[in-house]
Parts: sequence; structure tokens; C-alpha cells
Amino acid sequence: MDAVLLARLQFALTIGFHFIFPPLSIGLAWLLVIFEALGWKKKEEAYVKIGKFFGKILGLIFAMGVATGIVMEFQFGTNWAEYSKFVGDVFGAPLAAEGIFAFFIESTFLGLYLFGRNKVSKGIHWFSIFMVALGATISAFWILVANSWQQTPAGYVIRNGRAELTDFWAAVFNPSTLPRFFHTFDASLISGAFLVLGISAYLILKGKEVETAKKAFKVALIFGLIVSALEVFPFGHEHSRQVALTQPEKFAATQGLYTTQSGAPIAVFAIPVDNPPELKAPIEIPGLLSWLVFGDISAELKGIDQFPQDEIPPLFLTFVSYHNMVLLGVYFIFITSLATFLYWKKKLWDKKKVLKIFVWSVPLPVIACQLGWITAEVGRQPWIVYKLLRTSEAASITVSAGEILFSIILFGVIYLLLGSLFLYVLFKEVKHGPEPLQNKEVAA
Amino acid sequence: MIDLNLIWFILIAVLIIGYAVLDGFDLGVGIIHLFTKDEKEKRININAIGPVWDGNEVWLITAGGALFAAFPMVYATVFSSFYIALMLLLTALIMRAVSFEFRGKVESKSYKNIWDSAFGYGSLFISLLLCVAYGNILKGIPIDSNGIFRGSFIGLLNPYALLVGLTGVALFVMHGAVYMTAKTEGLQQERMIKWANGAWIVFISLYVITTLATFFYAKYLFDGITSNPLFWIFFLTLLISIALLPVQLKSGKYFRSFLISSLIVVSVIGLSAVSLFPYLTPSSIDLNYSLTAYNASSSQYTLKTMLIIALIGMPLVIAYTVYVYRIFKGKVEITEESY
Repeated sequence: MDAVLLARLQFALTIGFHFIFPPLSIGLAWLLVIFEALGWKKKEEAYVKIGKFFGKILGLIFAMGVATGIVMEFQFGTNWAEYSKFVGDVFGAPLAAEGIFAFFIESTFLGLYLFGRNKVSKGIHWFSIFMVALGATISAFWILVANSWQQTPAGYVIRNGRAELTDFWAAVFNPSTLPRFFHTFDASLISGAFLVLGISAYLILKGKEVETAKKAFKVALIFGLIVSALEVFPFGHEHSRQVALTQPEKFAATQGLYTTQSGAPIAVFAIPVDNPPELKAPIEIPGLLSWLVFGDISAELKGIDQFPQDEIPPLFLTFVSYHNMVLLGVYFIFITSLATFLYWKKKLWDKKKVLKIFVWSVPLPVIACQLGWITAEVGRQPWIVYKLLRTSEAASITVSAGEILFSIILFGVIYLLLGSLFLYVLFKEVKHGPEPLQNKEVAA
Repeated sequence: MIDLNLIWFILIAVLIIGYAVLDGFDLGVGIIHLFTKDEKEKRININAIGPVWDGNEVWLITAGGALFAAFPMVYATVFSSFYIALMLLLTALIMRAVSFEFRGKVESKSYKNIWDSAFGYGSLFISLLLCVAYGNILKGIPIDSNGIFRGSFIGLLNPYALLVGLTGVALFVMHGAVYMTAKTEGLQQERMIKWANGAWIVFISLYVITTLATFFYAKYLFDGITSNPLFWIFFLTLLISIALLPVQLKSGKYFRSFLISSLIVVSVIGLSAVSLFPYLTPSSIDLNYSLTAYNASSSQYTLKTMLIIALIGMPLVIAYTVYVYRIFKGKVEITEESY
């Protein structure tokens, strides 16, 4: 077996599994900031119960994120030693900054938030969940700095056979950092919103603590509608434009733009074929892609045919993952708009079907995140660092295919076990529901 | 001369010491947990470290990130050389990290037993593997003139490294037991005092044997250290704190005992770091092939940038860590928020 291929599979497995949890914990943490603020300021008992209930779920998701995240930190060295030697001078700094500026904040204040409810004042307790959310967000920022530098390197020179940092801020705010950060951060907020929406909808349908669940649903719905809309415009749009300008091969692959053309269309639907590159049964809107990128319906866009054969990414996977991500993005706007409309018409709580859809939609933003990640990472192949280092040259020399296979099997088994247990415990917590309200007569 | 490379050598050592002092005690509590029978005592163990273990572990993650940034050659060489060992370490870290969350969620004795084992054996393996890895670094690992590892996983399990591993385990158990004396009352506290005193004796014995063995396995570590004033500071601190620990425990000053136990951890690792400098990964084939703080570092610009990040970040980290520890000080109470 090919050691590089195995190392890539191992990375895809470990990072894919890890990447389920951070978006959920970032999104849920920010929603808890809102819930806890409402509980604190409005003194409504329901919001305190919501905080306690979803706080436990946050603890569970966070533990999974930490447990699977430790692997990330080590495996640049274990599996990609040549890569680590090449980029260490630049790439290590954001990872260290993440530890110092983000992880410590998140994990220290999470302990305070989960265990300190009766030990500190309400203000400090709210501050602790705010710090958890802020820390998680800063953490995402630094990780995306590191990843974005690989996509669009800046602020470095090649010296002594490696990339050496020459301008820290140029490396941090390289051309893709901000578009990528806002896009991913907002995707995390959507993931958190749909988690709360789905769980609350389930409780409403089961008739469990309905009053509390409706409050949680309402807040998450408004939040979810706003962040879903923002995800497409401006964040998704800006990120796409940036890719078009800085990584044209990847952009062409995502859009199925296989031949250079002026007035390039958007392919709403198509089945891509790899060899020769072709879109079968396409449904296209003429000129729209050119207009979205350059504001001119007849502008010329470069196709895959313009690039050297050995520098184009796998076309099928890039196209399919990108288009399904966009499809899900449109769905999030649609379903939250529909529910908001029904809520406004005071019909939402009777529409069992709509609530059921929300229960089943919980995993969809997570899937969208995974698809986005696949688009970003597969779309930049064959490069591990764009135009500087090929993935095939980056793996560890001293690690054998057998050793990597061992770790794939090991992590495969562990993740299967953890994943099932996570779902089991999560379902158990959800079925248990929030604690019953005690002061009903006082509130009424 | 103080230069950026030296500063980063010290900062990595500080991060490792921070990790050993903080996660050291909760790993120790985990090992003691294996020998805890009573359900209430088990919950006290878990809740004694519940609010803080996660933050403690970040020291390891940050040390890894800082090593990557400051000494990428060392990061790449050591991590790829210790491949299988690290995969096992990661397994233990993962199982331990989820054990607290999973344990309390289902009311079943056999289910709880599984997660008690994950917590206990996870803690034991993490302690052992990390300290065996450290033993191998001290002894030197077989890397050639190109920095390529020429050894094997079995070769890492040599007598010297295992000895360092056991010494480290004894140290963490002692440290964890001392921590628990401040967190418990009554019978459990009495047991923890016994554990602390027992582990203290085992640790001292193993430490003396390890030091003697070092003369045979890694004699280079003694080259010129006695001329370094830092050596004498750590050495005296070690002697005094080792002598003081049982006295303090006997007089019932448990918080002070914990500080003294922490000083033992600091000085043990400090001593080894002083003797290791400037080596970060000594080569057992030829010392000239070693990776040092000077031939394996990042550029001066990166080291300087990173130093600014550390100077801004670390005081903040220490400030709120101390703050949160103060909130959770005192005996463990089992409440509705507990695991």
C-alpha cells in the first residue's frame, strides 16, 4: 500500500471526525450566551433551565472535540514530518497562538461555567460562558489562519530549503483568512442553531417541558434565520470570489468550469465526468458566474483546460461536495424562513410536520461543514501548500505504510466506539429533557 | 549568553513543567482511582479534578504547538520517530478525556466500571508513556547525520527509559495523593496521606537509582552542569522540598504540602532540563548528530514574534487559572452539577 495515500486517508478520517464537534460547540456556546443572558437579566426560570440543559450537552460535545482534537496537534509531526520541517517556521506560530489565546480560555472557563453555577455571582457565571464562546471562536480563527496560509501563502520567503516567516501579520491575514473565517464561523452558528432547534422541536413533539422548549426554539429560530441568510450573502459569496481570484483551479473545479469561456454560466445541476472533463445533463444560468465574480455577465473565466494537467484537483469530488454544500445552505434559509413565517402567523406549534423536519435536520449543517471542508481540501490538491509543496512530498519518511495502517484501524475502531457512545448519551440526555419548572404558579 | 534560542528552550521547559505540575496531579488521582473501591470516594476523585483537568491538559497541547513553532525539526523528528508510542498515547488521552462525561450519564455498575478503568488505566498509560518518552530523550535516540530515526518501537522500551517511566509514575502518584489530601476528609483523607507517604518513599528510591543509572546510560548529562548556578538552585530546592513534604503532611497543612509537592516536580524536571541544554534530541549514534536549540530552531524572526505572543498570553493564562483554582478550592462537595 502507498504510504502517502494511507497518510491522507488517516488525516481525512481523524480530521473529519474531529470536525463534527467544534462547529457544534462554537454555535451552541454562542446560543448559551444568549440564553444565560436572558435567564440572568429577565430572571425567567425557563432560560436558566435551558442553560443547564444545553450546558450539559455542550460539556459532552466539548469533551468529544477535545478528545479528538489532541490527535490533530500531534499528527502533523507523526504523519507529515517533511511538511512540518518545511512549514514549521510559519505554521507553528498560529497553532501555538491557538493554545495560548484560545484553548486555555475555553477549557478553564468551561470548568467554571459547568461547575460554578452556585459558586460565583450570576454576572461572573454569564461571563464564563461568554469566555467559552469567545475562546472557541478565537480557536477557530487561529486554526483557519494556519489552514488559510496553506491555501494562499503570504508573508514568507523560501530560505534554507523551507518557508521562513518574514511578515507575521501578512501571514496571519493572508488573502483567504478572513473570507474563510467568516464563512466557517457562520457555518458553526448555523450548526448550533439547528442543534437547539432540533432538540427543542423533539421536546415539543413529545410534550416534555413544552413551555421551556418553545422558548429555546424561538430564540434559536430567529438566530438561525439570520445566520443562515448571512452564510450565503455576504460570507459565501465573498469566499467564492476570493477563491476565484486566488485559487482559480479550485474555483473552476467547484463550478465545473472545464473550458475557458466568457459569459460563464452557473451550473445549478449537473453530473460531472472526469475523463475527459465534462458536465452531463447540466442545468445552467448563462453569464451568472461571470457576473458574480467580476460584476460583468460577459467577463472571461479561466477553465480547467488553462492549467497544467498535473496541477488540477480531483474534479468529481470537488464539484459534488461544493454543490451539495450550496444546496444545503439554500435549504437552511428556506426552512428557517418557513418556520418564522408560521410562527408569525401563530401556526407553528400546530405544524407537527415542520417540527419533525427540524428534528431530522440536526445533522445537516454538520454535513454541510464536512462538504465545505472536502471542497476546500480536495480542491487544493495536488498541493499541501499551494504552489510550494506537493502533498506527495510531505509525508514522514521514517513511518511505514504498515504503521499508518495500524493507526487507521486503531482510530477507526475508537471513533466508531466513541461516535456510537456519543449518540447514545446525547439521546439519553435529550430524552431526559430539561428540569421541570418549579415556580409555575408564580410565573403565571 | 541569553539569546532567543535559549529563551525558547526555557519556555518549552516551562510549558512542560506547567503540564507536569498541573496535569501531573490529576494523572496521579487517576492512577489512585484504580485502587478506589467506594463509589462515593470515586465520585470525589472525579469531581476533585472535574473543573480543572481540561485546562491542565492544554499545557501539553500548548507545549506541542510551541515546540512545532520554535523547534520544528525536533517536533517532526521526535513525533515521527515515536510513531507507534504516540498513537498509543493518543488512544489513552482520548479514552481518558471522554471518561468523565460518559461515566456519570448511565446508571449501571458495569458501565461505570468501564469508564473508571478508562480514567484509571488511561492516566497510568499517559504518565508511563510520556515519562518513558522523556527517558528516551535523556538517553538519546538513534538519529543519523540527516536527522533520520534508525531505531524501532521495541528499542524505545529499554531499561533506562522504563526506569525513568516508573520514576515519573511514582512522582505523579505522590503529587496526586498530596492534592487529594486537600480535597478530602475523614477516612479517605487518611488513606491519601498514606498514599502520599508511600509514593514519596518509592519516588525517592527510584530517583536515586535513576540518577545512578544515568551515569551509565547518559553520562553526557553530567558534563559541566555543576558549574551552572541553576543546577544548584534546583538541586537545593529538590532536597529541601523532599525533606519538608512528610513534615508538612503530618502537621496537616495540605495546601502547603501541595505547593511543596509541586516544587519537587518543578525541580526534578528543571534539573534534567539544565543538564540537557543545549540538546533537545540527543543522538545516541553520535552526539554530533543531535538536534539542539541552535541547529533545529525556527528563524530569529519567528522566535521573536512567538516570544511577543507568549509574553502577552501567558500572564493572562496564569491570572485566570489562579482565579478559577481559587473558586474551586476547599473540600469536594457532591452537588447537582457534579459528575
